[in-house]
This record gives sequence, C-alpha cells and structure tokens, in this order.
Amino acid sequence: MSVHNPTSHRFPENARDALKNETLQRGLASAKVGFRVRRSEAAARLPEFETLRDESRDIKNHTLAHIDLYLEAFEKRVTERGGHVHWATDAAEARDAVLAICRAAGAKTVTKGKSMISEEMGLNAFLEENGIEPVETDLGEYIIQLRGETPSHIIAPAFHVLKEQVVETFRENHTQLDPNRVIDEARQLQDEARLVLRKRFLEADVGITGANFLIAETGSTVIVTNEGNGDLTQTLPRIHIVLASLEKVVPTLEDASTILRVLARSATGQEYSSYTTFSTGPRRGEDIDGPHEFHVVLLDNGRTDLIGTEMQEVLRCIRCGACMNHCPVYGVIGGHAYGWVYPGPIGAVLSPSLIGVEEAHHLPNASTFCGRCEAVCPMRIPLPKLMRNLREREFEKGLPPATQRWGLAIWAWLAKRPVPYRLATWLPMRLLALLAGRKGRYSWLPLAGGWTSQRDFPAPQGPSFQALWDRKRGRREASK
Amino acid sequence: MADLGPKPNVALFVTCLVDLFRPSVGFAAVKLLEQAGCEVSVPQGQTCCGQPAYNSGDRANAAEIARRTLPVLAPFDYIVAPSGSCAGMIRKHWPALFANEQEMSKIAIAVAEKTWELTSFLTDVRGMEAVDAEYDGVVAYHDSCSGLRELGVQDQPRKLLESVKGLTVKNLTHGQECCGFGGTFAVKYPDISGRMVSDKADDIEATGADTLLAGDLGCLMNMAGKLKRRGSTVKARHVAEILAGDTDTPPIGEGES
Repeated sequence: MSVHNPTSHRFPENARDALKNETLQRGLASAKVGFRVRRSEAAARLPEFETLRDESRDIKNHTLAHIDLYLEAFEKRVTERGGHVHWATDAAEARDAVLAICRAAGAKTVTKGKSMISEEMGLNAFLEENGIEPVETDLGEYIIQLRGETPSHIIAPAFHVLKEQVVETFRENHTQLDPNRVIDEARQLQDEARLVLRKRFLEADVGITGANFLIAETGSTVIVTNEGNGDLTQTLPRIHIVLASLEKVVPTLEDASTILRVLARSATGQEYSSYTTFSTGPRRGEDIDGPHEFHVVLLDNGRTDLIGTEMQEVLRCIRCGACMNHCPVYGVIGGHAYGWVYPGPIGAVLSPSLIGVEEAHHLPNASTFCGRCEAVCPMRIPLPKLMRNLREREFEKGLPPATQRWGLAIWAWLAKRPVPYRLATWLPMRLLALLAGRKGRYSWLPLAGGWTSQRDFPAPQGPSFQALWDRKRGRREASK
Repeated sequence: MADLGPKPNVALFVTCLVDLFRPSVGFAAVKLLEQAGCEVSVPQGQTCCGQPAYNSGDRANAAEIARRTLPVLAPFDYIVAPSGSCAGMIRKHWPALFANEQEMSKIAIAVAEKTWELTSFLTDVRGMEAVDAEYDGVVAYHDSCSGLRELGVQDQPRKLLESVKGLTVKNLTHGQECCGFGGTFAVKYPDISGRMVSDKADDIEATGADTLLAGDLGCLMNMAGKLKRRGSTVKARHVAEILAGDTDTPPIGEGES
C-alpha cells in the first residue's frame, strides 16, 4: 500500500492475508489486551473522566462551528510571533510547501517526529524523490521506515512487528555496528536506536513534526510524545515545520488542557504522555535554543467538505487510537488490511470521507456495530452511526453487489407485508426443519456459503412462533 | 413480588429469528411475562424490526417497516422483545428514522420509551427478583453487544439466573468482546467473522461451562454453529428458556436424539 495507491477496495483479500499471517496474529493477540486494560484502569482512576469527555466533545463542537474564525486567529498569532502558515488544499500542495521550505534551506536530511498527516501526504517518498533524506525518529516509525512499511496503528505504528523482527531489521541496517553485539532485550534495541539516531538529529537541516493541537489564542502548536524524539526533532535543526490538519485547532490553552486529560488516558492509559511540548514561533532573541524558522503547513484534504454535513462529527477525532484498540475487527486483522492511512473504526469513517466511498466502500461495512468504539471514544464520536451514514451513501449509489441488493429488496418487500411474509417463509422454514432431521443443523447449505464456510447453521424448530401462537390462541378462545 | 397495580398489557415483539427459528424462546418469554403479572399479547402484523435494511444502508425500507409496525405496537402499555438488539433498534433507532416527520416521530418516541429487552423488563420494570426454575449445569453467559451497550443489559439476566436452582454462572474472560455475528456481517465478511467467533468459542470452552446462554438468538446461532462445527459438547440456549424452565426442546443446533 502507498498513499497514492490505496488497497481499501481489496479489503476482503487483505483481511484474509492478515488472518493467515501468523506473526501478525501473535502480535495482535498480546498487544490489544494491554491497551484495553490500561485505558479502563486510567478511566476508572479519574472520577471526572466521563464529564471531561463531555467537555472535550463540546469544545470541539464549538470549534468546528466557528473553525474559520479560529484558524484565522491561529494564523494571525503565528505570524505575529514570526512564524509562517501555509494553507494546503490537498496533499500535493502540502508536499510542495514542505519541499519549497527544504529547498530554500538547502536541506539534505530532515528528521521527523511521528505524524499521521505526513503519512496522509505521502511525504517521505516525495522527499526521497526530490533528493532529501527523511529520517523517522519515533522508534516505531523508525523501525517501519527501515522495513519499508507503513504504520498499522496510529499511535503504535509498528504494532504489527514482533521484537525478533526488530532485531533482524536492526542487524540488517545498522551495519556500522559490531555484528557480534547483543540486542535481545527491548531496552537494548531502544539504546541502539538512540545511538544511531543521535547522529541524525545533529546533522538534520529541518525538523518536521505533527501536531496534536493548534491553539488559536496563542498560535502555539502542541505535540505529545513518550520518547522525547519530538523535542529533539523540533529544537535542534534550524527550521521547524509543523504538519497539521485544519481540525486540530482549539480556541484556548485551557481547552487543550481539558482534552489532554482524556487523550493519553484513552490512548495508552497514561495520565499524561511523558512529553507535552508547546511550540510558539521561532527562537526569540533571548532564547538559548529553538529553530530559527517556524512553519505550519495546514492541510485540508477534503475536511472542509465534511463541515456542516452528517459526517462532521468525525472531525472531533484526536487520534488516540482507543477505537482501534477496542475494535474486534481490527483486533483480528490489524491495520494494514484497511488499505489506507487510517485503520480501525476511525479509518472506516475517515477513509471513505477523504478518498471516496468507491475506493473504501468495504470499510464502513466491515463492522458488526458492536458499539465498543463509540463507548471508549474520548470525544464521543458516534462511529457506528457515521459508518451507517456511509452505508446509506453506498446504497444510494448502488455500490453493494447485485445479489445483496436483490436479496435485501425481496426480504424488505416481504417484511413490509406480514401476510405474504408468513406465507413465503412457511415452506422454506418447514423444509429446513425437516431436512435437518435429527441432527438439528447443517454443515452446508446452498446460498449460505458465507455462513457455513465458518460454522454450522442451526435448523429451525419447525412451525413459526406466530403460527403456533395462533393455534394455541384458537384453542384458548374455543374453550371459553 | 410487590403489588404493582393492575396487569399491564404487554405486546411480545417476538423478533424474526425467534419467530422463524426458535419458537420455544417466544413461549418461554410469554411464560416469564405472565409470571411477572402481565397480560401478554402477540400482536399480528409484526415481522422484523428492520435492522437488516437499516444496517445495510437501506434507510427507506427500514423506515417503511417501522412505519407499518408502529401502529401495531402503539396501543400496548409495554413492548417486550427477547433480544437486546431488536429492542435496541426500536428504542434507539426507530425515532431517528422519523426525525423529519413530526407526527410519526411522536409515535415512534412513545413506542420507544415503552420498549424493553426481556430480562431488563422483568427486573427493572416488574421488580422480579427470582424465578421458579431448576437447571443442573454450569453456564457461560455472553453479553450481546447491543443489549450491553445500547440498553445496559448486564446484571439483569445474571440476577435472575442466580435464582435458578442448581445453576452456576461463569463469566467469560473477554466478556465485552463481540462474537462476530453482526447480522449480515457474518456472511459478508465470513473470514473475519469466523475468526471472531472462533476466539469466542475458545473463551467459552475455557470457562469449563457445559452450557452457553445469551439473550439474542442471532449471536447464539453464530456461537452454537461454531461450537458444533468444532465438535464441542457445550449446549447453547436462550436465557429465557432456562429462566422459564423450558428445556425439553433440544439446544440450539442440536436435534432430537
């Protein structure tokens, strides 16, 4: 998969491959449980957690209702503090803006903090094509960059990679180090990455980070990280570029603080991430460090089109990953099967909205509507409802296969007409009951291969409840 | 049981799956409702709550099915379904279908407010604390997703099961996890659904229970189908059958033998 070639339309095949991938299955089984337990304990420890979710939702709703004002205010503050804001309608404009800044600085290498917007822009491949080397500095991102992969989780990009695979990858890539060194423990791997990356931090001409929040009141951008790599990325090079999508804006520092209280708890179960870093403009005269230039690239990429529509609520997302951590579908297929940047329930809603329902039509359908994503979403995004909206859009466009549409049409015609419904169901149900005989179930049924490929089909008991009830009531009335 | 005044008129919304596949659940529900002091009717003209259409993006047909069913249910004091998913559909989603029609919206909201899942109606509305039933077995109880998260059905069936003589309830390790049914999901994405229900079957078997109970027949058919495919001896039944003491019919997916 690449950003330019999504494979979301191949979702069923991707999912089948993922289910057969034993390494991936081992990783998924152990990792998802940890995330769930930590989130639930963190939520339980904070009495006002549910109230904070309400407040966070309200803050974002308010912001989205006035997003033009807050974005203009943000731009004004950034400019006042000597920074630059670059508005980008789509990924190509955002890439060009980044390249122009890098070119002007004569940049050879750029270090990067974790950013999903960078993934959405396809930035790494683009920089490489233009002779600039991007170096990912988040450990997970660094691992998958070395492996030539894309993130499979929005906060744990190397979720799909086992420790043994990391060892292999490091041995293959870090050829400058002693081939006989011992790197069996996670700690040793971290130390090795730190050692190798240290040099890259120091030689980088530009540092690129994402943003968890943009604060209109101060023109600040905020990142939360656990490794401190974000701080080195944005402090050491001469130039700091922040990549952010429009909906990251909040009105005030106070608002960001409120949402920060639910962010890490929902994501990793931490009260706060290890580092919460606020950046406000370039280095000032009296500052001892910081970049000389500060740029914010603001990416729209279809988000404005969602404002004022039935899909607007998805823009409250703060990318904590709780929905995918709790999703039973993500839990068995992982992130790559979704075929584009954002996996899990949020991807099932966001991808069709951003790359079109034609490409991503499977994603909103690949949900049992179990509702667990909505139950844990800190921003109370009604993800199943939004997936249903997309299913409605697909249905209107006639995207489901003809067999499904006809099956549904015949069933619905009957379901609206109780008498024909009872007549039409009588024979098939009686046959199903009779032919099952003493076994009471079917291991194969014509037209039900989807069901019986996985499990037996329990046979009906015989006559319908309503038929039996009518008979019984008939007897009751006769005996009166 | 405390005196709760005159007998309420309760409509049993039997659900399409119970109607067509497992009438014994419907009769068990009627028995329990009568034990809880209700006058039970099964209004004619009910077919399905419309979820297959609603969740497939066919909002128009879902609304049409609801529009035709609402007048059938509206006259009763309560509407009770032996399913959290179908009760959830009527309670949470029917009103949304008529958000732009003032008259229908009023009717849908009125019906929604008096619609209940069976075990929750028995305990939360009728104050039932115990049933007169016996079952010699260890049961694993699966909380179906819609009942659990849309309607908060979790303690109610367990409370009633505790009063069944001879019965022990075991909780699943991953009790919040979906079984992989999801209506048409089970046939649209069979591989994913198959893995989910396989994991669920592992969890059920790990409890050492001899019986699986749940409040939704769709999930039960999925889980029973998987257990039987694997040759498991775990028997699957709807919780209403155990609470009503109606266990003379074979378990789900098993025949007379």
